[in-house]
Formats: sequence, C-alpha cells, structure tokens
Amino acid sequence: MGERLKQLQEKHLFKDIKEQLTNRGVDRREFLKFCTLITATAGLPFGMVEKVAAAVESPQRPPVIWLHFQECTGCTESLLRATHPTVEGLVLDTISLDYSETLLAAAGHQAEKAMWDSIEANKGKFILVVEGSIPAKDGGIYCKVAGKTPQETLREVAPHAAAAIAIGSCASWGGVQSSGINPTGATGLKEILDMEKIDLPVINLPGCPASPYNLLSTVLYYLTLKKLPELDDKNRPLFAYGRLIHDNCERRPHFDAGRFAHQFGDENHRQGYCLYKLGCKGPETWANCPSILYCDVGSGSWPVGTGHPCFGCSEEGVGFTKAIHEQAEVLSVTPSEGVPGIIEDRGAGMTGTAAAVAGTVVGAIVGAGAVLSRKVKDMPEEDMEG
Amino acid sequence: MSEFKPIGGKIITKPFIFLGILAIIAIYLIGKRFVFGIGAVTNLSDGYPWGMWIVYDVVTGTAIGCGGYAMAVLIYLFNKGKYHPLIRSAMLTSALGYSMAGLAIFLDVGRYYQLYTPFLPGYANVNSILWEVSICMASYSLILWIEFSPTILEKLKANGLLRIVRKCLFFFIGMGILLPTMHQSSLGSVLIIAGHKVSPLWQTMFLPLLFLISAIVLGFGAVIVESMISAVSFNRKLETPMLAKLSGIVPWLLGLFLVIRFADLLYRGQIGLMFQGFMGFMFITESLLFIIPMVVLLSPARRSQPNTLLIAGLCTVFAGVIYRFNAYLVGFHPAPGWHYFPSVQEIMVTVGIIAIEVLAYLVFVKLFPVLPTPKKKYA
Amino acid sequence: MTIGRRDFIKVLSAGTLLAAGAEKALARPPAELSPDAVGILYDATLCIGCKSCEVACKRINEMPDEHGTPLEIEHGVSGIWDSGNDLNSKTLNKIKVYSDGTGKNKDQVKDGYSFVKRACMHCIDPDCVSACPPSALQKEKKSGVVTWNEDACIGCRYCQIACPFNIPKFEFDNPFPKIVKCELCMHVQEKGGIPGCCEFCPTGASLSGNVSDLLVEAKRRMALKEGDEYQYPLHSLDSGEVQIRPAKDYVQHIYGEKETGGTQYLLLSGVPFEKLGLPDLPDFAMSAKSETMQHALYKGLIAPIALLGGFSYMAYKNTKDEGGDDE
Repeated sequence: MGERLKQLQEKHLFKDIKEQLTNRGVDRREFLKFCTLITATAGLPFGMVEKVAAAVESPQRPPVIWLHFQECTGCTESLLRATHPTVEGLVLDTISLDYSETLLAAAGHQAEKAMWDSIEANKGKFILVVEGSIPAKDGGIYCKVAGKTPQETLREVAPHAAAAIAIGSCASWGGVQSSGINPTGATGLKEILDMEKIDLPVINLPGCPASPYNLLSTVLYYLTLKKLPELDDKNRPLFAYGRLIHDNCERRPHFDAGRFAHQFGDENHRQGYCLYKLGCKGPETWANCPSILYCDVGSGSWPVGTGHPCFGCSEEGVGFTKAIHEQAEVLSVTPSEGVPGIIEDRGAGMTGTAAAVAGTVVGAIVGAGAVLSRKVKDMPEEDMEG
Repeated sequence: MSEFKPIGGKIITKPFIFLGILAIIAIYLIGKRFVFGIGAVTNLSDGYPWGMWIVYDVVTGTAIGCGGYAMAVLIYLFNKGKYHPLIRSAMLTSALGYSMAGLAIFLDVGRYYQLYTPFLPGYANVNSILWEVSICMASYSLILWIEFSPTILEKLKANGLLRIVRKCLFFFIGMGILLPTMHQSSLGSVLIIAGHKVSPLWQTMFLPLLFLISAIVLGFGAVIVESMISAVSFNRKLETPMLAKLSGIVPWLLGLFLVIRFADLLYRGQIGLMFQGFMGFMFITESLLFIIPMVVLLSPARRSQPNTLLIAGLCTVFAGVIYRFNAYLVGFHPAPGWHYFPSVQEIMVTVGIIAIEVLAYLVFVKLFPVLPTPKKKYA
Repeated sequence: MTIGRRDFIKVLSAGTLLAAGAEKALARPPAELSPDAVGILYDATLCIGCKSCEVACKRINEMPDEHGTPLEIEHGVSGIWDSGNDLNSKTLNKIKVYSDGTGKNKDQVKDGYSFVKRACMHCIDPDCVSACPPSALQKEKKSGVVTWNEDACIGCRYCQIACPFNIPKFEFDNPFPKIVKCELCMHVQEKGGIPGCCEFCPTGASLSGNVSDLLVEAKRRMALKEGDEYQYPLHSLDSGEVQIRPAKDYVQHIYGEKETGGTQYLLLSGVPFEKLGLPDLPDFAMSAKSETMQHALYKGLIAPIALLGGFSYMAYKNTKDEGGDDE
C-alpha cells in the first residue's frame, strides 16, 4: 500500500514547474506578482524577486512533515483558503508535503508509514511544521495520535529535522487551550523541545489562525537564501512581528485625534473610528495584520478593518488571557512631534537689530552723560541765597 | 521781580526736530498697536506679559518722575525753602513723567476701552496691589498738574483762580507726598505675588521699602541731572551750590538701601547667588551703581564739583533704573524655556514717548515761568 | 524744623518693621475648599497621550485652530489635533511629554516617559483673583471654578504675572484681546454634564468629581502596590464605568493637595512632579503674603489718612508764613 502511494505521488506530481504553471493556466506575470508579494512580506528587497521566483521554480523540493497536536486545524484551513488556489496549491507542490493529517488521502497505518518513510529518506533535511499545542501535564496523555503522545512523537521525529516551524499561537505558546487554568498544561513547541532537550531551531508564527502569507514568506525566504529570517526574542520573524499593530493600523489617525467608538453600533463605530475604548489590543500586539490583511478577501479584511477590536490572538499574555473589553497597554509613545516636551522654547528672544538699537540708546545716554560732565566743569554757577 | 520766568527763545530748534521725528515714529507704531494688537509691535508673550513698556515707561518712568515728590518732601516737610527755585522744573518733569506713564499704560493694557472699570465700586478689588497702584497713580497725575498749575495760571494771568489754588495748595502738597509714598512702594509689592517666578536675589518682603527708597533717590538724581542739562541746553548758570547741598541726603539714602538689601539677602541665605551666572552679574552691576554715587556724594568737595555731581546723579538714576529692570524683567523667570527681549518697534515707542516728554518740557520752559529767574550780581 | 525729620524717620522705621513683621503677624487666613467644589483628578499613569482631551476641549469650547505650529511648518499639515507646544490663547489644555534616554518605559524616570496634562488648576486660594484690579477673575463660591469676566477686564495681564503655573493666556495678536483659560466647561456643567476632557478621556486619566471625593480616590490609588488590580473609574467618579487594570508605582504625593494653598485640579504620577514641569510650591498662596503686606500698611486707610493729615499740616505750616503758598 505504501508502495502504491509512492508511485501515485511520483506520477501525479510534476517535477517541472513551468509545465505545471502552463497546465494550471497561470501566466508568468501572475506568478511574478505572487513572488513579489512573498518577497515584500518577507521584508526582502525587490531585487530579490527573481531569486525567490527561481527558488519556487527550482526542482529541489524540501520535504515537510506537518504534525497536528492540540489544535483546531484553523492554520491549515487558512492556508487552503488563500484566494489564489492555483498559485498556493503550487507552492504546496514546491514543498514536498509528505505528511499532513488534514491533506493526506490515506489514513491509519498507511499514513504513519508514509511519514516514517519520508523521515528515513530525508534525515536531517526535512522541515518540521507543528500545528497545535502540546499538553505538558501527565506526560501528554491528553493528545494521542497513532497511540503516541506528542512528546513521544517529537522524540522520534524532531531530532531528524533540519528546522521547525511552530505555526499558530497554539504551537508558539499554547494558544487557546492554555487559557485560564490550562487544564492540560498546553505548551508551545519550543518550550517542549527545551524540556525534552531536543536541539532544533524553531520559528514561531503565532496568530489564531496564523497568516498563511507569513508561512509562505518564511518558507520561501529559507528556500531562496538558505537561512532562517531574522527573529525577535520570541523566535518570531521580524518581518512579520517586528511592529505593533497599533503602529500600522489604518485607524491610527482616529486614535491620535481622540476619535473613539464607545459602543458597538454607535455613531462613532459606524464612522470607523478607533476601537481602543472597546478593548482593541493593537497597542500591545506585534503582528502585520493591518498590512497583509487576511486571505485576500478584499480591503479591510482583518478584525479592526471589519469593526471588531483586535484581541491580540498572536500575543502571549494578551490573546486568550486578557478580557476582550479590557483596555490595552500602549507600548509605543506617540511621536514627539505630536506631543510637546515639558520644556520648549517660547517667547521672542533678542534679535541682532533689537540689541543694536537698545545698545545705541544706552550708548547715546552714556555718551551724552560723559560729554555733559566735561562741559559743566567750566560753566559759571549761580550763587545760592542764604 | 518774579522768582520764575519763561526762558523764551525759538521753539523749533534742531533738537526739537530730532525729537519730533522720534515722536512721529512712535505715534505711527502706536497706531499700529491699536489696529493690529500688542503682538504686532512688541515681543511680549504669555511668559513675559510685562516688558519694556511697563517696566520702563511705567515703573521706571514714574520713579524718575519722583523729582517733584522728592523736592516736595524736602521743601515742605523739612522746610528747606532755599531749594524753592528748583520746585517748578521738578514738578513739570514729574507731571510730564506721570502723564507719559499714563499714556504708556493706555497703550500697554489690552482692553484700554475698559480702563475705567477698576475705578467703579462693583469692580474695584482692594486686595489687588496693582489696583492700589493704578488708583494712586491716576490721582497723583492729577495732583501733579494741580501742583504745577500756578505756573500755568501765572502765565495766563488767571489771578482769581490762582488765589484759590494757592489757598488749597497745602492739601494737594500733602496728597502729593502721600500718594507717591504709597504707589512707589507698592510698585515693589506688586512683585511679591509672583513668588518663585522672581529670582531670590530680588524677591523679598522688603520690596516695597526698597522700591520706595530707590524711588526717592531716583527723584533726587533726576532733579540734579535735569537741572544740569537745562543749564547746558539753555545756556544758563549751573545751580551747583544748591544741588550740592541738596544731594547731601542722597548718600545716606543710598547707604540705607544697600544696608537693607544686603542684610535681607544674608538673612534669607541667598547672598551666594550674587556670584552665580548672569543674575549675579546684573546684581553686582546694580549694587555698584548704588555704591559709586554713595561714595562720591559723601564728600562735600566732590558734591560741589559739577562734573562729579552730574556723574553721581546719573549713576543714581541708572541705579534705580537697573534695579527696576532687574526685579521685573532680568530676574523674572516664569518657567524654563521662556525668552524675552524688546523688539525694535517696542524700543522705538519707548524712545518716542521719552522724546514727547522732552519736547513738552522744552515747550513749557520756553513759554511758562518754570525755571528760576537768573539772579543779577550786585556790584 | 527738626520735627519734620524725626517724623520722616519714624515713618521709615515703621515701614521697615511692618515689612519685616508682615510675614508673621496679621497673616491673612488661607481660603477654604468649598464642600461642593468640582475638580479633576489627572492620573499620569493612566494617560496614553492620545490627546482626545485636547481635541474635545477645542470643540466644546469652540476654540479656533492654530497655525504656525511646528508640525505645520515642517509638514504643511494642520488641524484640530496639531496644536502648538504649550497652552495659549487658542488652547485651554495641553498634553506634554517627559522623556528620558530611550523613552521606552512608561511612568519611569530612567529611559522612561510620562505624559502630563496642563490646564488651569482652579486654586482654592487663587493668586490671579487676588491680583486682578477690576475683579475680572473671580472664584465661584459653590463650584470653586475660576472664571473670567470680559466686561471688567482691562487687559493689564497682572494675572499672568501672579499665576504660579502661568495659566492665563492673552490674545496678543488681537486688537480687542481676551484672557483665555480653562473654565472647567462651566457651560456644560450647568446643564448637568462634566468637563469635556473627562468626558472624552478613554482611559480615565482625566476624572471629574467633587474635590474631596477625588482626594479620597487619589489616596486610595497611592496606597496600591505596583501590579495590584484596581477598578479605575472612567469619566467621572459616579459614571459607573470602570476599567480594571494593574496599578503602577505612584509617587507618594498628590500634586495640588497642598501646593499654593491647594488646587481643585489634582495630579497623580509615576515620575516626580518636577520632571513634569510642575513647580515646587509652598503650602500657602503668595496672594496671602501680598495681601497681608497690603492690609498691614493700609487697613482701613488709617495710616494713609493719618499721614495725609500730618503732611498737609506741615505743608500748611511751612507755607503760611509766606502769605499763602507761592509754588
């Protein structure tokens, strides 16, 4: 059965990208547009577009093992819902997605065998993508796939991977399952790997769901430049998580002008004013949602754009932790031009002309005094009466 | 022969024309102020709402115009009738000085069209020191002209009116001594409410006393200087002997001022500030201007020499001027970041107002019996 | 006549003693806080510098836009938010920022930043009211709001000299100028509303209420430890709207509780108040000192009338021998 699967794969998945493009009716221009978008999202200079295109076209297809643990599968579904299915599907073909429970046609032992075969064939070369949190409590018995806890699976799989991507907030830091008392001890991938003492570079792509474009950009960055993108202190690519939503938001001028929606549906809300008062967590959430929006539905297709405050889905300590209506901490200061300092230069000081005029007047008086005193020395005096 | 006589002579002289030009410039700028607002002509700002016009034209100008006050005290309180010949020119200088100060106030207040309100019972605020200053100054300006009126009435030969005025004059003289005592000291008290905004080198509860003493010495200094300038300008004999005797009291007053000043600074523990920065420099300059004339005038020989007397008189005047500028402007810091220096237009208005005052003085002494009749030497 | 000299010296010495003693004796008692006094509690730790209060204040008080602001000069943009760098004749309240070093840590001194909102402090013992010659500035008896009467004002600007916070602003560019300052939105309060800055502040940094109650609220906040969750009321003490957030480390002082005799605009902060440009002031208003001086010298006009009598008498005596005065 496994053999048959392999044959099917090799038969139906073309190795030549150009052929695939033609077959799917994607012209070169559209393809380059996609590559430009990916390049831009990755924060790479435009000169790199050709390189990114070359990487996409290259016959070399890194294998990907995609594991699911405590998750809702939203991240995978979002990837599949990207509106350019032809090109997105294409990218899925440029990586060799050797194992994905969602997409795999097979099930059961055959599916598992496909995974182990791929791992065996690509030791040290495959990318491990993890979706979903890992329950740390009670050895991880709350999530068993193929009879194994996530920890058991990871112990077997992770040491052979080249790098790992934790897609979604769950895999990055625990996500929604870690909310409240966190009954299963839901934990992110990196922390689990550290606990298991497995040394593997992890890129976190939090979000609920994670943006498919961030994933695509990360993968293509790696393919093009053969290295991981620059990461912040939480292992998140800076190109996607380097700015606060607040600093990128199209409603920021309303925040700066003090125009807030006070209640859902009120006049200000209808005007599209800032949602800070309704609990928007944009000021303390690092993500690029306002720029890349979500799933190509159209402009304004992200929470704030539709009129709902951001709840900080990607940010540990904010999303699923703070109440949605709770006001966010504003982590960045409004630019200094907009707010004056405590001490500012005010009033009109001395000009050259004024000083000259004042000096002349004083000088004239002093001079006149000197001249006069010399004159009076020799003048006749009145006698005084007794 | 009358004690006083107009000196006659051409009205339109070269100095007159020069002063006239300055006056016309000022009148143009004053017009600009009324049409466009105070900001169009001055550098005044919210941090420095009082500048050249208030500090020189009103505060300092009236102090310089304390010649009449100083002379009245000497002549009518201390019964030094021998100084009588100086009284009319002193009164004229004072009357003109206060009138010009009144003009400056009219220019400087923003809402001059409501300048009558402090005089109305429903509005008057007796707690405000500035209210007391304004009432006193307004009344005193009137009193000064009444005190000066015999000169005018004599010329107009309005003898009936002249007799009435002379009968009541003692009361006006009394007012003419009381009122300046009140408002010249209050010009110092005005700054007390500014608290920390006035540098500790100048802020003290002794401000009223210091301002009063410096106003009196300024007045004497003005009398000396003005007398000498008149003599030189109108080619008359110097009144040095009289001025020398008169100025005998001045070094004592200067000394009293310095004693109170330094004792107060020591008591408040602020004496160290006199060595610090620009404030310290201005304080030392001011103090020197008090010390120099004090030293000079202590010696009767130097008092009798017209040139040293004039220099000492000028120093005394400058001392009072600098003291007022220091207390109101140089030492005034509303908050860090504020700057002020008068604009050229602002200075030209002040210069023009002084020019108008001098012009008026020239016209008066030429047409009215202000200056003493020159004595003929008997063989 | 030696009597004259003696009298003169007597007056001089009396003046000296009075000046010296005025500070201690006859001190004019300080003004009291009205039980219905309305005020604002500004909590700098809650302020996010959004300037919603500035915008609302301009709109509600119909203040004109400014031009020639630094932003306009540099970028050619202007509007209701882009006001100048201080209170002025077109701006009744102002947000300013203190920043140090990298300016990254809110409400901290080192490498930190903090906002401050400046507006009229509505002092309990206002220096401007004491100073104003035609009583144009008055303190309302009940609410304690300090208001300006355009029918009385002569535009002398003594109030600008007297105010320890430099609040009253003057229209120097207007030939018919006004004195301009916050009047706690009296026209809104009269209709049952609250000051605009408080109504529009999204975080509760500007909070309106009865001053005594605001002092209680302020003291409660100062007693919190950093991180303690607290229900911060929004807009006014009795609005019912709250925001729960962790408290910051407060400076253990309510600015305005005692300064210059107490003010109705109170401030709390995470950084020392002098960093925010608030001056260090004594517990009494300077007007108490200047009024004490004035009353000591002129109470009931006794001294002036006595002196007038004396001076007139001496003038009379010294001139009547010459047959009526000849001046």
